[in-house]
Amino acid sequence: MAGKTLFEKIWDKHVVKTMPDGTVLLYIDRHLVHEVTSPQAFEGLRMTKRPVRRPDLSFATMDHNVPTTTEDRMTIRDPISAAQVEALRANCKEFGVNLYDLQSDHQGIVHIIGPEMGITVPGLTMVCGDSHTSTHGAFGTLAFGIGTSEVEHVLATQTLRQSRPKTFRVEFTGQLQKGVYSKDMILKLIGLIGTAGGTGYVIEYAGEAVRALSMEARMTICNMSIEGGARAGMIAPDDTTYEYIAAKDRPFAPKGEAFDRAVEYWKSLPSDPDAEFDRVLTIEADKIAPQVTWGTNPGMVVDVTDRVPDPHSVPGHSVRDVEQALAYMGLTPGTPMTEIPLDTIFIGSCTNARIEDLRTVAGIIKGRKKADSVRVIVVPGSQQVRKQAEAEGIDKVFIDAGAEWRHAGCSMCLGMNPDQLKPGERCASTSNRNFEGRQGKGGRTHLVSPEMAAAALLEGHFVDIRNWAA
Amino acid sequence: MEAFSSHRGVVATLDRANVDTDQIIPKQFLKSIKRTGFGESLFFDWRYGDDGKPNPSFELNQPAFAGASILVTRNNFGCGSSREHAVWAVAQYGFRAVIAPWQDRNGSRVPGFADIFRNNCVKNGLLTIELSEAEVDQLFDWIERFPGLQATVDLEEQRVILHMDEEVAFHFDVDPVVKDHLIRGLDDIALTLEHEADITSFEQQHETQLHA
Ligand code: SF4
Repeated sequence: MAGKTLFEKIWDKHVVKTMPDGTVLLYIDRHLVHEVTSPQAFEGLRMTKRPVRRPDLSFATMDHNVPTTTEDRMTIRDPISAAQVEALRANCKEFGVNLYDLQSDHQGIVHIIGPEMGITVPGLTMVCGDSHTSTHGAFGTLAFGIGTSEVEHVLATQTLRQSRPKTFRVEFTGQLQKGVYSKDMILKLIGLIGTAGGTGYVIEYAGEAVRALSMEARMTICNMSIEGGARAGMIAPDDTTYEYIAAKDRPFAPKGEAFDRAVEYWKSLPSDPDAEFDRVLTIEADKIAPQVTWGTNPGMVVDVTDRVPDPHSVPGHSVRDVEQALAYMGLTPGTPMTEIPLDTIFIGSCTNARIEDLRTVAGIIKGRKKADSVRVIVVPGSQQVRKQAEAEGIDKVFIDAGAEWRHAGCSMCLGMNPDQLKPGERCASTSNRNFEGRQGKGGRTHLVSPEMAAAALLEGHFVDIRNWAA
Repeated sequence: MEAFSSHRGVVATLDRANVDTDQIIPKQFLKSIKRTGFGESLFFDWRYGDDGKPNPSFELNQPAFAGASILVTRNNFGCGSSREHAVWAVAQYGFRAVIAPWQDRNGSRVPGFADIFRNNCVKNGLLTIELSEAEVDQLFDWIERFPGLQATVDLEEQRVILHMDEEVAFHFDVDPVVKDHLIRGLDDIALTLEHEADITSFEQQHETQLHA
């Protein structure tokens, strides 16, 4: 009998019951909650007079709606946003759910605070009413996004009815070139398989290039699994994972003896050598160039050395779709990617707003000024990240370069708060979605790594950072 | 949840692939804490001009598609975020079924709908139907020739029937679990709570690894 994959080990351990129709009742270890996808779920509980079964396993924060400027943060001016934030407060109070409110120094984007507080550890099942829950898979945990009806289901039962997904192993062989990062690995993969290529699968990322990555960089890859259609992405835990969890200030992580016991268990999780996957793909990491998106989905991506494509030459996309995307993006086929002028740089989101991301950007721009043509917004992923950055003096580097230094939240990743692009504005963004209107109606988004964004903020356009001297 | 067995209505087409949930319902409408009122905001940025009036060049605004309740579109509909608001918007606009093609890409089958979106549809009694690309091309063709065409979506029989002079029918596959669920219009939570004792005994032996 073949061995088991990381996914199968975790799945099997969480099956409460297999139903006659073949679906399973899957136990959920952690439920993260934010203000946008939860109000109707709590309302449903109220209407049916059901309690939250395990408030101790549920963790909430507000991130999508919150203004990120010091002046506006505590008093949200938009009354509808304020009402949604207020509803979360009231619901958490009524149902006894842990809440990291705006005053808390743990407030932040839900996918950043989970790992940061040790809520995320290996071997768990985790869900959240948010598609980027896949982020947590970087710890070797099964984490996926759910809709509001399922949020209510988890709140009420601490379980979900699920059919077993298929498994997909993506191996990155070799080592990344200098100037190429985990963001480029995941964009490359999505470019290859398309935005629906992973639908129905849980992806396990493996290989030498993945092993060499920090936890932050691994989270970037798992975060964007959903952009390739996969609900979950996973990376087997290893010493890098254990070191990250052992760091101080992770209140929910095991400590001392409990930690040692946990590590023993976590070591049993990686896929067995003879485990079988439904699909496998190998990518040579050393051949990956820095990636830049040109279109309106993350699969519309090229090497920075490439040009805006001809509508007839894009595999997996119809001519009409490419023409529509280029019209929206205001781009002409044949234009070198490095010659597209930018006016906004957004450094933030659950993809790339961890302390390591900010450190790298600061390292590149230190002592230099942003290009006159661009506006730069830096939004740390959590108040912890903000605090840490300030302790290291990173905030000064950003401010001296001419960037705006903000408080934690989703911000311009989706512009539910006041941080939005204006129609026609063009942004290099470290976030995960370049959909039409995502960052603001009519706004144009190019997804890149934080390092590419750093170079772009200095130059006012993209550069191939592999042979660029800051 | 409203049960679904068979439905007849006007078919509308939306000729775009990878329609994402930000398009289906833009962010400003996610701030509502209610479960209703999303229908008017469906496809907001495409559907209305800057003056707030319906954009006449947007497909669903064609007079022939008025009152449409079956939507035919392209591959990977509903990709992007998990927002159930997208499904509420599609359903509250009046659609009961959405049809999209699955695709063969390098030998693997790419589903017509994004995963979370499809799940959310089931919870809201909205039927998603996958047909082959050739069949969906044919649907686009017929509807272009006969705008306002009606179809019946029969879940029991797993058929889409176009009501033309001569009826044309397509068979579709559906997950038996989903079919049963839609036909019976079940309340998931109540069903799961029937297994309360199993959940409790599972919890007693299960280590959640939470240390606080
Ligand atoms: S940062 Fe962006 S992608 Fe991440 S949770 Fe917030 S809105 Fe979603």
